[in-house]
Amino acid sequence: MTEHPDNPQTPGADPPLDAAAAKAALHTRRVFLFKLSLALNAAVGVVLAFPLVGYLLGPVLRKKNTASGAWVALGSINDFPIGETRLADFRSPAAAFDDGDTAKVACWVRHIADRQFQVFAINCAHLGCPVRWFAQSKLFLCPCHGGAYYEDGSRASGPPERGLFEYQYQLAGDSLMIHAGDMPTLATQASCNKPKPLTQITPAPSDSAARSEWPA
Amino acid sequence: MASLKQRAIAAGLKSYEWLENRLGLIRPLTAAATHPTPANNASWWYVFGSAATVLLLMQVVTGILLALVYSPSANEAWTSLGILNHNIPLGWYLRALHGWGSDFMIAIVLIHMVQVFLFGAYKFPREMTWIFGVFLLLLTLGMAFTGQVMRFDQDAYWGLGIGASIVSRVPFIGAPLVHLLLGGPIIGGATLSRFFTLHVFVIPGLLLAFAFMHIFMTLKHGVSDWPMPGRLVRKSTYEREYHELTEKTGIPFVPDAAWKDAVFAAAIVFAVMACAFYFGPFGPTGTPDPTIIQTVPKPDVAFLWIYAVLAFLPANLETAAVLVAPILIIAAMLALPLVAGEGERHWSRRPVAVLMVSVIALTLAIFTHLGTYTPWSPIMEAWTADPIPPQYLEGRTPLERQGALVLQDKQCRDCHSLAGAGGLRGPALDTIASRMTEDQIIRQVLQGGGNMPAYGNALSPAETKALMRFLMTLHGDLAPAADASRELAEPTPPPATKTH
Repeated sequence: MTEHPDNPQTPGADPPLDAAAAKAALHTRRVFLFKLSLALNAAVGVVLAFPLVGYLLGPVLRKKNTASGAWVALGSINDFPIGETRLADFRSPAAAFDDGDTAKVACWVRHIADRQFQVFAINCAHLGCPVRWFAQSKLFLCPCHGGAYYEDGSRASGPPERGLFEYQYQLAGDSLMIHAGDMPTLATQASCNKPKPLTQITPAPSDSAARSEWPA
Repeated sequence: MASLKQRAIAAGLKSYEWLENRLGLIRPLTAAATHPTPANNASWWYVFGSAATVLLLMQVVTGILLALVYSPSANEAWTSLGILNHNIPLGWYLRALHGWGSDFMIAIVLIHMVQVFLFGAYKFPREMTWIFGVFLLLLTLGMAFTGQVMRFDQDAYWGLGIGASIVSRVPFIGAPLVHLLLGGPIIGGATLSRFFTLHVFVIPGLLLAFAFMHIFMTLKHGVSDWPMPGRLVRKSTYEREYHELTEKTGIPFVPDAAWKDAVFAAAIVFAVMACAFYFGPFGPTGTPDPTIIQTVPKPDVAFLWIYAVLAFLPANLETAAVLVAPILIIAAMLALPLVAGEGERHWSRRPVAVLMVSVIALTLAIFTHLGTYTPWSPIMEAWTADPIPPQYLEGRTPLERQGALVLQDKQCRDCHSLAGAGGLRGPALDTIASRMTEDQIIRQVLQGGGNMPAYGNALSPAETKALMRFLMTLHGDLAPAADASRELAEPTPPPATKTH
C-alpha cells in the first residue's frame, strides 16, 4: 500500500496530470479485482440473507391457518349453569409438539341465558395477566395491576383501556365451541373478533329438559 | 548444581522466548497491564468496572455449568430446575450463585455508571467508552430479563405475557412483533427456545464483545484522572494534560492501582457466595401451566420499578409512554457525552448532574419499593382470610352485623383494609363514616368511580342497606359525617343515631 508509486500528494507535480494519475490509480486491475471480490461477496451475502431472514421471520410469515385459530370444544353446555361464570380450559389449537403445559389455555365461560354465552380470554386487556372471577361481587380482578371488569367483560376500573377479550362461540348441539388461536393481546385478538363460519357442524335441536335444572 | 540451575533458567527463558516469538501476546499484555496511570485514580471509587467484569466472567462460568443440566424445553425446563435444586449435588448452589450474581452484576453496573457520571469521566476523549457502557447496561438488563424466562415458572410465563402485551401496543406491526417475540401464536416451546438462544448465545456474545471494546478503550485513553473543581476538560488540551499528569505522577496500574480492584472484586464475589449460601436459589415458583390462575405474577427485582410504573400510567398515556419513553431515555444516555463532552468534571460544580442522579435514584427506589408490595393490586384472598376485627362488631345491631357479612362476602376487603388487614387499592374503611355521609357512600358503592367499580348490579337493596348501616358505624373517635342541608330539609335525628 505505502509503496504505491502513484502518490497524488507528490509536491511539484502538475496538478491536472496528478489528478489524472490519481484517477487512474483508482482504476487499476488490482482495484478492479478487489471491487469485484467485494461485489461478489455482497451478492452472495444478499442471496444468503433471504433464507436466513426468512427463517428468522418464520413465526411472522407462517401460513395463517394456525395463527388465525380454529374451533375448539369447551364441553357440554350443561357443564356451565345458566347465570354462572365458570373457568374452562382447552388445549390451544396452535400448540406445537414441545409446548407441554404451556399449550393449555384457560377461559371464563359466562352462561347468560338459554343458548346465550360469553367466553372471555383469561388475559387481562392491560398486560395479559390471568384475571380471576369473583361471583359475589360480579367482578373479574387482575392480580398484576388491579384491572377490574364487570360480569359482561366491560371495563370497570384500573389501568385496562378496554374490556376483556371475548372469544367467538358457536353451539354445536350441546357442545360449546369457541374460536381460539393466538394468545389474546391488543394486536392479536383476530381469532376473537373476526367472524369465521363454523363449518361441518350443524346445531342439534335444543334440549330444554336438560337446562331446566339450572334456573336462572 | 549451580550450573544445572542456571541451565534450567536458561531453558525456561528460551521456551518463553520461543512462545512469545510465536504468540506475540505476552509482552503487549504485560505492557498494557503495567501501563502508568495517574496516582490520583488509584482509588476505591474506581473499582466498580473491574468488579462488573469479574461478575460477568463468574456468570459465564456458572451459566455454562447450569447449561450442563438445564433442559431448554417447555416440557422439561421447570422439572430440570427442580432436579438442579434437589437431585444434582450443589445444583442449588450453582443456581443461587447465578441468580445472585445477576442481581449483584446489575447493581454494580449501575453503581459504576453513577460513579462515571458523577466524576464526569464520560467526557472527552472517553465518549465512546460511555456509549459502549450504555449498551453494556442494556445487555446486562437483557440478560436479566431473558434469565428470568429461563426460570420457566409462572412468573416467567406471565412475564412473557406482559412482554407480548407491551409489544402488541406497537402500531401497525404489533401482531407480527408478538409472533416474532413468542416464536409463534402462543407462549410455548418456541418461546423458551428463542429466549434460551438470546440468553446463552446472542446477548452473552454481544456482552463479551462490548466489554472487550469498553476495556480496550479504557486502556487506549487511560483511566480518567481524579476530577478537581475548576479543572475543565477541553478537547484542545485534555490529552496533553493527562499525559503530563501520567508522566509526573504515574504508577503502574498493575500492581499499584489494581490491588484495590482485586480486593473489591474478591469481596463482591464473596458477597455473592454468601448470599447464595444463606438465601439459596430463586424459585422456581409454580409450574408454567396457564390454567393455574391462582397466581400473582411478579418480575425480578431489577424490573419491579417498571411493573410499578405500569400500574400508575393513565390508560390513555400508557401506549405512548411505554413505547416512546424507553427510546428517549436510551437516546438521552447515548447522547450525553456528545452533548456534554467538555467542561467541568467535578460533582461539586455540576449541581444538575447531582440532582439528576438523586431524583432518578429516588424515583427508581420508590417505584421498586412499591413493586415489592403492589398496593394497587387487590389482595385476592382478603375477603376470606382477614376477618372483621371484633371491635367493629361489638355492640352492633343485627342489621349492622349483617352489613359486616355483606362487606366480607362482596370482596370489599380485597381492596379496602380494616384494622390494617386487606387490600390497599382503595382507602381504608376504619373511619370512612367520618369522611363521607351515608348518601355519599351509597353513591360511591352503587355507581363506583374514582377507580372503584360500581356495585349496583352486585348488591340487592337489602344488602346495600345492611352494608350502609355497618359502614356508618365506622367513624372512629369522630362524629359521623353529616349532610347539613338534609338536616335542614327534614329535621330528623342525625344519620348515626339508630332510631329504628
